[in-house]
Amino acid sequence: MTNLSILILIPLLTALAVLMGRNAIQIRFVALIGSVIQLLAGIALLFSYLAERAAGNTAQMLFEYRCSWYSALNIEYYVGVDGISIAMILLTAVVVVAGILISWNMQTLNKEFFFLIVLLSLGAYGFFISLDLFTLFFFLELAVIPKYLLIGIWGSGNKEYSAMKLALMLMGGSALVLVGILATYFNTNIGNGVHTFDLIKISQISIPVQTQMYIFPLLFVGFGVFTALFPFHTWAPDGHSSAPTAASMFLAGISMKLGGYGCLRVATYLMPEAAHQYSWVIVLLATAAIIYGAFATLMQKDLKYMNAYSSVSHCGFVLLGIGMLTKTAIIGAVIQMVSHGLMTALFFGSIGMLYERTHTRQVAQLGGLLKTLPFLSTVFIIAGLCSLGLPGFSGFVAEMTVFMGAWQRPELFNRIATILACASIVVTAVYILRAAGKSVMGPIANEQFKNVTDARWTEKLASILLIVAILSIGFAPFWIIDLIDVDTQLIMENIGRGLSSN
Amino acid sequence: MGIEFFILMKSEWALMLIIFILLIIKVNGTYQDNAKLLLFTNILLALNFMLGFVSNQSGMLFNSMFHTNSLIAFEKNILNFATLIISLQAYTWLKNHKHMLEYYMLLLTTLLGMFFMISSGNFLMFYLGLELSAIPLAALVNFDLDKLKSSEAAMKMVLLSAFASGIMLFGISMIYGTTGSLNFAELPALITGSHLQILTLIFIFTGFAFKLSVVPFHLWTADVYEGAPVSITAYLSVVSKAAIVFVLISTLSPLFAGLTTVWYNILFISIILTIIVGNLFAIRQQNIKRFLAFSSIAQVGFILLAISAGTALSNTAAIFFLIVYTLSNLGVFGVIALVSDETGKENIDDYKGFYKTNPALGWVIALSLFSLAGIPPTAGFFGKMFLITAGASKGSYILVGIAALNMVVSLYYYLKIVKTVFIDPNEEPIVPIKTNMYLKLSLGVCMIGIVITGFTSGLYDYIYLLFRL
Repeated sequence: MTNLSILILIPLLTALAVLMGRNAIQIRFVALIGSVIQLLAGIALLFSYLAERAAGNTAQMLFEYRCSWYSALNIEYYVGVDGISIAMILLTAVVVVAGILISWNMQTLNKEFFFLIVLLSLGAYGFFISLDLFTLFFFLELAVIPKYLLIGIWGSGNKEYSAMKLALMLMGGSALVLVGILATYFNTNIGNGVHTFDLIKISQISIPVQTQMYIFPLLFVGFGVFTALFPFHTWAPDGHSSAPTAASMFLAGISMKLGGYGCLRVATYLMPEAAHQYSWVIVLLATAAIIYGAFATLMQKDLKYMNAYSSVSHCGFVLLGIGMLTKTAIIGAVIQMVSHGLMTALFFGSIGMLYERTHTRQVAQLGGLLKTLPFLSTVFIIAGLCSLGLPGFSGFVAEMTVFMGAWQRPELFNRIATILACASIVVTAVYILRAAGKSVMGPIANEQFKNVTDARWTEKLASILLIVAILSIGFAPFWIIDLIDVDTQLIMENIGRGLSSN
Repeated sequence: MGIEFFILMKSEWALMLIIFILLIIKVNGTYQDNAKLLLFTNILLALNFMLGFVSNQSGMLFNSMFHTNSLIAFEKNILNFATLIISLQAYTWLKNHKHMLEYYMLLLTTLLGMFFMISSGNFLMFYLGLELSAIPLAALVNFDLDKLKSSEAAMKMVLLSAFASGIMLFGISMIYGTTGSLNFAELPALITGSHLQILTLIFIFTGFAFKLSVVPFHLWTADVYEGAPVSITAYLSVVSKAAIVFVLISTLSPLFAGLTTVWYNILFISIILTIIVGNLFAIRQQNIKRFLAFSSIAQVGFILLAISAGTALSNTAAIFFLIVYTLSNLGVFGVIALVSDETGKENIDDYKGFYKTNPALGWVIALSLFSLAGIPPTAGFFGKMFLITAGASKGSYILVGIAALNMVVSLYYYLKIVKTVFIDPNEEPIVPIKTNMYLKLSLGVCMIGIVITGFTSGLYDYIYLLFRL
């Protein structure tokens, strides 16, 4: 029997060990070893999950563990995983390892830096395995403040403004989530006036549609803020571009996924009737985010801003998939979450590595990097190609699945939204090819670029790790689809309940 | 009057004993060394705190004027604990102060007043306790006699506090006029909701609101907090508020059950005003004590949110939060007291670059402020969550929504301080400060409390148990 609490325990012990570390080398290695152990634990979890499913275990959640926490309010520490959570846990583990490798040479306050990164990952792991809404909310909020400190202390540019904006907008989102969760809680009378935060139990209670119509927007918008739901996306470009490299990787790679996961697992899953009613709003906002993000990217001159806006666009696909409420679209949304997490981490990582050497992120000032930095430039181009959805990379699989799922909705409105979203890929191709062409190809723009050195071993390792993960989804999408298929089916059964009652 | 007389009033007797020991030392005038005497006093206070855990019986005295039970004993012990922490933190300030003993005598007298107030079973006793706690406090605010600001603060406090007591006493007199009784046990049946009784409720609530600095009765708070010595500011913001909250819990919903709609509506408006005004003014403050004054005003709004529900669960949430609030607030005040005593700096801007020179104290500030802001994994998160849950149990989501959004506003100004401490550069940061044993002990207790109280549900369950006894 696998004990899931170990996924929280490993980062916790790592964080404490980092605090004990005496010098920079110790701290780095402790952080790296801790995160690699966590990655191995994630992979072990994947295999034991597949083994359980192969053995015919059809329970919705596996490896459940529950114990009473605050019994007076019926708050439990209740964890369990399905394929979707495992995909998210693996994503988190990969990105954290890569992030720690890339920040290997962090000089200032490195103990605090690695401590906060590990603490942040702790919040994400806890969030993905929680099945109790209170615990889930606890971990969601746990993952906010470390971001503020990471951006505020180690960031660049207008960092204080960006950090504050990010923290306040995310906390605003979580305030909405809080009200939504409490409203849900007080609508779950399970006898004798006792209420429950238990996600699975709530999904079996039918909350009146009228009430759902109030609660669903709170939950969806609240989580939506985390995943840069249009028009609450404005924290994302500023936050990403001011953050230090590892923090941007984490922010775009994992934090935005907390929102997507919450929209799916909490908002849509618990309020299926309302999800159907509001489907058009979600589709509208998601399409707006996709198009707006793509065009805004065209206008950017700074590579980090470029990737940040394209993240808004890509996360739009996640929401589009969820909003369409068909099984294929939701599978696409989950794959897009994983794919975007890996790809954007690689993209931010390569931008950070280039910046460390050239000291500029302005596309206009870059040029000819392939000649002096062959490895890093290749990584940069791979990230770009994945971002524009080239077949063979994970982005293609994810976006294609979302489109196929979206097209299953026959209404004219949804069709138009799908077509518009598809069209945005062309825009993506324009900005990626333009940026990559200008900065990597052509003559060397600056004499100083000739004196730079290519990637160190840690950076190579990080890039290769992410690229392998991207390619393994791109070339063999079936394993991840198999992983999440059963669980999406179970979610769909709940959502279908909403459809039939309409 | 047997042994019971001593056991039921043991907390009061213990305090009086300490006061008299200190008084005798003072009158003798033979002591030389403040440091030794402070050690002795702190040991006495620690013993007093430990005494609070043993033999807590229920019972009544003086013809039901005074009553006690394990919940009341627990509440008193919270106050004992906070006083002990404050006393430990005052070491730097008091070790060279020539009126050190007077400080303790006045401080413990106010505490004694609060104990009588919490234990009161009759409005007369309650009023007696209230006054006993209010007047020495004004003297304490003016404890640094050479500071003009302190005198101004003390004057403001005396006048306004007397005015508030007057209004309250007027309300109490009307209770007697309409019901013919002042006994808490008899009143619930007699308060049925006549117009004069509604007025009574308003007058009495005004008295409470003044002490708790609920908007619009908060105007004295910032000036008094700024003028008073840091240790007294801490006492005002923690102990004095906690005592009133305890009384509010045991009077408002039990006594005025016949007027539930009225006091709920009063609270509804007060909560919204208090949270919003407290937050908005806190943003603009330059002086860290004024800043904490407004932030504590906003915190009281959240406590009232729980009290408005009036159930055992919501009262548990309120008391649990008060403990967390005590730990977090005293964490900040400990650092501020030290910095103020060592360097005389009290402005927020002075704390720029503080983390570089005093990393450990910087973390203390950050953890405490995160706890006040309700950020996990600190206990403040749990405290705030339970308060808001308690508020939601009443079903008023407007109130809950406003409170939740105001948590975001409050995060803004708490983060501003964290930013000042951690991020802002400074040419002349506060020099590295050596902490003494007492301060280390007090901050250590606060920090461990902030981390542990939330994760372990033991304390919460215990309070809930006390309410159901």
